[in-house]
Amino acid sequence: MDPMPKGLKALNAVTGVLFVVALYLVLFYAPREAVMGEVQRVFYFHVAAGWVGALAFIVAAVSGVVYLARGDHRWDRVGLASVEIGIAFTLINIISGSIWARPVWNTWWTWDPRLVTATVMELIYIAYVMLRQGIEDPDRRARFGAVYAIVGFLSVPLTFLSIRIFRTIHPVVIGSSDPTAQGTFDMTPKMLTAFMFSLLTFTFIYATLLWHRLRLEVLSERVERRKIDLTAGGL
Amino acid sequence: MIEVRRLVKTFGLKPVLRGVDFDVEPGEFVALLGPNGAGKTTFLRILASLSRPTLGDVRLAGFRLPGQAASVRRVLGVVSHQPLLYGDLTGEENLRFYGRLYDVPQLEARVAQVLEMVGLAARRRDLVHQYSRGMQQRLAIGRAVLHDPEIMLFDEPHTGLDQEASLMLDGVLRQVAARGRTVVMTSHDLLRSAELATRVDILSRGVIAASYPRASLEPASLPSLYREAIRG
Amino acid sequence: MADQAAVVPVRRGAFGRAVAAVVWKDLAAEFRSRELLGAMLVFALLVVLIFNFALELDVRTRSTVTAGVLWVTFAFAGTLGLNRSMGAEKDRGCLDGLLLAPVDRSAIYFGKVVANLAFMLVVEAIVVPVYSLLYNVPLLVPGLLGVIVLGSIGYVGVGTLLASMAVQARTRDVLLPILLFPVVLPELLAAVKASEGFLQGLAAADILPWVNLLLVYDVVFLVVAWMVYDYVVEE
Repeated sequence: MDPMPKGLKALNAVTGVLFVVALYLVLFYAPREAVMGEVQRVFYFHVAAGWVGALAFIVAAVSGVVYLARGDHRWDRVGLASVEIGIAFTLINIISGSIWARPVWNTWWTWDPRLVTATVMELIYIAYVMLRQGIEDPDRRARFGAVYAIVGFLSVPLTFLSIRIFRTIHPVVIGSSDPTAQGTFDMTPKMLTAFMFSLLTFTFIYATLLWHRLRLEVLSERVERRKIDLTAGGL
Repeated sequence: MIEVRRLVKTFGLKPVLRGVDFDVEPGEFVALLGPNGAGKTTFLRILASLSRPTLGDVRLAGFRLPGQAASVRRVLGVVSHQPLLYGDLTGEENLRFYGRLYDVPQLEARVAQVLEMVGLAARRRDLVHQYSRGMQQRLAIGRAVLHDPEIMLFDEPHTGLDQEASLMLDGVLRQVAARGRTVVMTSHDLLRSAELATRVDILSRGVIAASYPRASLEPASLPSLYREAIRG
Repeated sequence: MADQAAVVPVRRGAFGRAVAAVVWKDLAAEFRSRELLGAMLVFALLVVLIFNFALELDVRTRSTVTAGVLWVTFAFAGTLGLNRSMGAEKDRGCLDGLLLAPVDRSAIYFGKVVANLAFMLVVEAIVVPVYSLLYNVPLLVPGLLGVIVLGSIGYVGVGTLLASMAVQARTRDVLLPILLFPVVLPELLAAVKASEGFLQGLAAADILPWVNLLLVYDVVFLVVAWMVYDYVVEE
C-alpha cells in the first residue's frame, strides 16, 4: 500500500484552505446583490463548476489525442478521471443554475445556449462512460474512449452555436421572463474578487480530485494484476 | 520468410503470448498445435496483421509489423475458421469483391481460374449462404489465394467439416502448398498435421514448447510428444 | 537485420476502386435481401403514423411541425440502419476480411458512409412523398431536398464512425443512440430549421446560417472521422 505522496498531501491542504476562504468570500465578503438578493450567491460556484466541467472536457479530449498518438496508457487514465470529475461538476452546474433560475425568473429551466450546451455535454460524458463499460478489451476501451472524447468535444461548440442562432433568429420567450437577461448584473470589485477566487478554488479542487482518482486507478490496476497472477500462475 | 523474436501479447493486464520465437523458411509448411487458450489464434492474428504485438519483433517477407503492415497484407493470404464471405452475394461476386480490394489484375480470368482450382466453378452463381460449410471453406481458400500471396495462414481450417469435406480441403491445401508458398496452419488434429506439414510446432502457455521437423517425426509418436510438451 | 524497403507498387486510383468495391458490395447484398431497407422503411412509416396521433397534425400546425417530424423520423430510422449495417460486418467476422486487404482503413469508412447514405436517402425518398400525400403538405421544394441530403451526409458521417464502435460493445443496440444523438444535435437542429425555412419560404438571410452550420458540421466530422477511423477498427 503506497503512502500518499507528499505533493498530494500538500495539495489537499491547500485546496481545503482555499475552499474555506472561498466560502467566506462568497457568503460574507461579497455584497448582497441589489435585484436578485441572496440567491445570487449561487452564481459564484455555479460558474466555477461550469468552468471545471469545460476544463475537464478539454483535458479529456487532449488526453484522447495524446493517447491515440502515443499509446501510453497513462493518458487514458487521465481522460477517464477527467470525465468522471466533469460529470459531477457539470451536474452541479446544471442544478445550481436551476436553483438560481427559479426565484429569479420563476422557472426551473431556460432554453438558453449555455444551459442546453451544459446538458448536452453531460449527456456526452455519460455516453462516454457507458461506452467504456460495454467494452471488454482494455486497449479497445481506451481507444474508443479517446475517439469519443474527441468527437464529443468537437460537437459541443457547434451545439452552442446552433442554439445561439436559434435564439437570435427565433427569439422565443419561454416562461414568464426573458432568459436572454441571464447574468445581467454588474459586478462590483468585491464580487469580482469572490468570483475569480471561486474559479481558482474550483480549479484546485479539480486538480486534487484528478490526482486522487489517478492514484485510485493505478492501485485498482495493481489489484487486477495480482488477481491475474494468482489465478494464472504468473508470467 | 517469417521471423518472430520474443513476441509478447497482453490483453490489458492478461498475458497470452509470453515470448514466442518462431522462424519459417520459404516453402515450409508449419503446423502449429496446442491446447485451447494457448494463444494459437492470437498468434495467427498477429502474423495476419489483425492484432498488434505488445512487445517483440515480427517480420514477414522482410516487412516489419505493425509498421509496414500494408506491405505485409499484400503478400498474405488468410483463412480463419469464419469464412469471411458475404452470404447474400454469389461465389463469384465474393471473389470479385475481394479481387477489387486487392487490386488483382485481369480479375475475371483470375476468378475463373481460382473457382476451377477449388472445385466450385459449377456453383459460381449460387448465393454463398446456399453453400455447405465445406464449400464455404473452399471458397474462402479461393479468396485467400486470389492475389497469389507468398505466405498463407490457416486458422483451424478443418473446423466443422465432415470427413469428405476435410479430405477435399486437404487436397486443396496440398495444391496451395505445392506452389512453393510458405504456410502456417493451426490445428487440433495431430495426425492430419503430421501428414500435411513439413514441421510441427507446439504452442503451450504462450511459448513454443517444442518443434519437430517432419523428417525426425514418427507420426505415431506425436500424441505422446504432444502431451509431454503441454505438460512442460 | 534491416527492414526491407516498403516498395510495393500501388496502381493509381486503388483507393477509389476500394471505396467503390465496398459501396457496390453493400448495395448488391442489400438489393438481394432488402432486409435493412425493409426494416428502416417500415419503422419510418410507423413513426410518421405515431406522430399523427401524438401531435394532432391539423392543417394549421402541420406546416410548422413537418420539418421536425421528418427529421426525428429520419434520425430514428437512421440509427436502425447504421446498427444493422455495421453489425452485419462484425457478426460474420467480415470486418476482418476488409481489414486484411492492403487498403487504407479510411477506404472502408468512406465506402460504408456512401452505402449507408444511399440507404438513408432511399428511405427518405419514400417517406417524404408518403408524408406529403398523407398530410397534403407540398414537399417537393428544391431547397428542402438539398437540406435533406446535406443533413443526411453529416448524420451518416458521424453515425458510421460511432456505430463502428457501438457494435463492438456488449450493449450494442442501445449504445448507438446514446452516443450519437448528443453529438449530432447541432446537425439535426440546423437541418430542421433550414428545412422549415425552405418550407415556409423564409428569406435567404434567415436560412443561410443554418445551411452554413450544416456544411461546417459535415466537413468537420467527415474529416475527423476519416482521421480516427483506424483506431476504431484495428485491434
